[in-house]
Amino acid sequence: MTVMKKLHMTAAVLALSTTAVAAQEVEVLHWWTSGGEAAAVGTLRDTLAAGGISWLDMPVAGGGGSDAMTVLRARVTAGDAPTAVQMLGFSIQDWAAEGALANLDALAAEQGWAAVVPAALQRFSTYNGSWVAAPVNVHSTNWVWANTALMAELGISQPTSWEEFVAAMETAKAAGKTALAHGGQAWQEATMFDSMVMGAGGPDFYQAAMVDLDPAALGSDTMVEAFNRMATLRGFVDDNFSGRDWNLATAMVISGDALFQIMGDWAKGEFVNAGMTAGNEFTCFRVPGTEGTVTFNSDQFAMFNVTDPAAQQAQLAMASAVLSPEFQVAFNLVKGSVPARTDIPADQFDMCGQMGMAQLAEAGASGGLFGSMAHGHANPPSVQNAMYDVITAHFNGEYDAATAAAELVTAVEIAQ
Amino acid sequence: MAASTDTGVDLRTRLQTWLPKLVLAPSLAIMLVFVYGFIAFTIYLSFTDSRMLPSFGWVGWDNYDRLFRIREWNTALSNLAVFAVLYIGISTLIGLTLAILLDQKIRGEGVLRPIFLYPMALSFIVTGTAWKWFLDPAIGLENTMQLWGWDSFSFTWIKDREMAIYTVVIAAVWQSSGFVMAMFLAGLRGIDNEILKAAQIDGASNWNLYRRIILPQLRPAFLSAFVILSHLAIKSYDLVIALTGGGPGNATALPATFMYSYTFTRNQMGIGAASAVIMLMTIAAIMVPYLYAELKEKK
Amino acid sequence: MAVASPDTAIRTSRITRVFIYLFLLLFALFYLLPFGIMLVNSLKPLSEITGGNMIALPQDWTIAPWLSAWSTAQIGVEPTGLRPYFVNSLVMAIPAVVLSTMVGALNGYVLTKWQFRGSTIIFGLLLFSCFIPFQIVLIPMARILGLLDIAGSTPGLILVHFVYGIGFTTLYFRNYYAAFPTELVRAAQIDGAGFFQIFWRIMLPSSGPIIAVSFIWQFTNIWNDFLFGASFASGGSAPMTVALNNLVNSSTGVREYNVHFAGAIMAAAPTLLVYIVAGRYFVRGLMAGSVKG
Repeated sequence: MTVMKKLHMTAAVLALSTTAVAAQEVEVLHWWTSGGEAAAVGTLRDTLAAGGISWLDMPVAGGGGSDAMTVLRARVTAGDAPTAVQMLGFSIQDWAAEGALANLDALAAEQGWAAVVPAALQRFSTYNGSWVAAPVNVHSTNWVWANTALMAELGISQPTSWEEFVAAMETAKAAGKTALAHGGQAWQEATMFDSMVMGAGGPDFYQAAMVDLDPAALGSDTMVEAFNRMATLRGFVDDNFSGRDWNLATAMVISGDALFQIMGDWAKGEFVNAGMTAGNEFTCFRVPGTEGTVTFNSDQFAMFNVTDPAAQQAQLAMASAVLSPEFQVAFNLVKGSVPARTDIPADQFDMCGQMGMAQLAEAGASGGLFGSMAHGHANPPSVQNAMYDVITAHFNGEYDAATAAAELVTAVEIAQ
Repeated sequence: MAASTDTGVDLRTRLQTWLPKLVLAPSLAIMLVFVYGFIAFTIYLSFTDSRMLPSFGWVGWDNYDRLFRIREWNTALSNLAVFAVLYIGISTLIGLTLAILLDQKIRGEGVLRPIFLYPMALSFIVTGTAWKWFLDPAIGLENTMQLWGWDSFSFTWIKDREMAIYTVVIAAVWQSSGFVMAMFLAGLRGIDNEILKAAQIDGASNWNLYRRIILPQLRPAFLSAFVILSHLAIKSYDLVIALTGGGPGNATALPATFMYSYTFTRNQMGIGAASAVIMLMTIAAIMVPYLYAELKEKK
Repeated sequence: MAVASPDTAIRTSRITRVFIYLFLLLFALFYLLPFGIMLVNSLKPLSEITGGNMIALPQDWTIAPWLSAWSTAQIGVEPTGLRPYFVNSLVMAIPAVVLSTMVGALNGYVLTKWQFRGSTIIFGLLLFSCFIPFQIVLIPMARILGLLDIAGSTPGLILVHFVYGIGFTTLYFRNYYAAFPTELVRAAQIDGAGFFQIFWRIMLPSSGPIIAVSFIWQFTNIWNDFLFGASFASGGSAPMTVALNNLVNSSTGVREYNVHFAGAIMAAAPTLLVYIVAGRYFVRGLMAGSVKG
């Protein structure tokens, strides 16, 4: 057993070279690494630094956060969990169920989070009634992005129903344009599918099929209709859609080669970067058929259990800073999303931002606010990805609509 | 092996007999823990209800039952068969051809060799994007050819459900055929020229020289190439993710992408572990006979 | 090995040679193409790329993307570029490569010159480790690193790469030493040289080529690894690939392809250099090593 001893000794010697962890420090695992969003998180770091708390950055990009979640598992298994982790929807619940998350109730009560954060978000930020995560933003995913110059050129006004939407795309297609800019990646197809399900069946159906996973709803004629609408959309995308990144699809709308894109509000950043302003060169509206409802996803910082009192303090300071109106505004202005608190004045936001904030508050009040399936806020990852499989297979022509609905029932059953 | 003779047992000799075993022992211990221990752990996990983290509720064959009901897994398996056969076959063929040609006293070999070899040095995290653009009909090869006046040129494989897996083969061959070339080149350089000269005097044609004398002598190189290539084929992950993301649809899923997705993205670690076990069994089925043959010969 | 002449005795006609050159050049083009696309795009402004001009040469040549990738691009919240991570990768890769090469050399020496009962089986066991899919080792490895208290640190990462490199290095050295005349070892033994003396004085001095092979293979694999780097090294000690991935793979932000490509070429520079400089030894080493199986 000299071997193990030797190994141990080497390990011990090597361990000395790693730096000791400072007490007032937060270690943050996240996947906000692109220029603008990283700068936005930077404002949070600066706020904390002003309070004497240092920020140990641990970015892991890729796979819409799935690589970061893999790393997180390795870290927790090693007994070395970060202080705070950027998380989406059901992951928070899963980690809370493992007992890995800290309790933020005292802070939440003191600052009155429950009153300003929409209930649909609280469903993810709390576990068994206790706050475990601090929500950063709300992205809504049922947006259409349009090139206004092209709309004017083709004589199209903003469609208000599914039929008008289809007619507008017919016009664009007839004029030799790409009617719908789309990137053929499973999550992008699922993003459109969210809106098709909502449009075909309304809020109650969305709840039954996507959230409650009722087999009857999943296999129903309404679901077949949703798939039929997907097939209609498929008829309006160009031949080269497969595998395209979403931002390249947005670039098609920016350049005027394509009329519409169905995408979450992060697409706005691309337009703004190209020097366009909302309401002038480009416009945004809810996917026709889904007006009055908002499908959302929300980035949150889940807080992990830390034992050291100084670290706990730092963690609470961070949670408090995340929910502060200043950070909520600063971050969301850059990100294109809207604040997770509904009590923030909208005047600094552009047209689409203001619309988003108003509609979020409205949908939150009327019960029209639903977690997006495509972005992991309607059902757990296993089910979500099983749905991806079916949606993308149908969109790529492997199934017809009826088969797809039947396959959806089976796929969801296996995944549960 | 070592002489244990003459005047009784002196300490130094005894130490010398034990030293080789002592030197090998750490490696063996490390392997037993970090490879075979982990494999055993994975096999165990595949019979449990593990989801996000390992958990230890026994569920019997349930994960395997589910695994084979998932259509994507069948796609992944048949893709692996197509991919592995073509990838190993074409890489070997191109590698061998390039090695033979490069062995003809080529001027500029010193320049060409690193050009053939370098793709192995690149990570696919970004090279994949370059490939994706190159294969994309709207911006890549097809577009360029049409701009140059070849209007009927069409190359849309990466967008085609049936053909996309072949684009993965192309990129994979690009990455490793140069490496295979190096292995064959080394093998060719090791062949004794006296035999070839003798055969030439007997009037053998170049074709016959290669077929009868050179290729048979390259047998060890073929086997090494086969091992390295099958190891790369089975582990292909980055490549598929970067190039097609498994699409269009799930048309280019491979067992490695499937396993990662189920274990880490979908929180179905039990099914992920079951697929890993099937993968390991496949590897063992290929490798154990090879290792057996190779090591036996050495005796 | 030294006896084999590097030149083949095969003779070819002039016309055949023309075709051979054409064929080789064609393949050189095929190999260079993706790299060419990366290089060309790293030298143009982003607007040209998103404007659909992806294959053509830049209209506006610029080295701004390179500067950005090296020192100002946003990797996490810090706009540091790839520069600091370069050192991390070196600090991780070099010890891991050296350790696994040393152990591989000793193992190869024992397995060929000091065979004992069961040594062949041990070799088989070591060799099979080359084929373990890394995804399955992630969780149990994290547990062990946690127990050793080196999780999330460079030493932990070195240990991981060392462990999974042993199989390959042992394979290379064993096959190389198999061709080494055993009589020399026996003669030295009779002269009273010990186990380590023989290794140090006789085996190592003639191991140059295979050390090059082992070094190149290990260095490339370790340098390019992402999964272990991301999982077992945290924030500040993250290797280059993790930083590159953060640069490239942001999901909902603006994608600066030109900076990505510049970063990718930078990240690959050390391995490219190793291949070009040591490539000649690589062929020589393989020739004497693994292919002789």
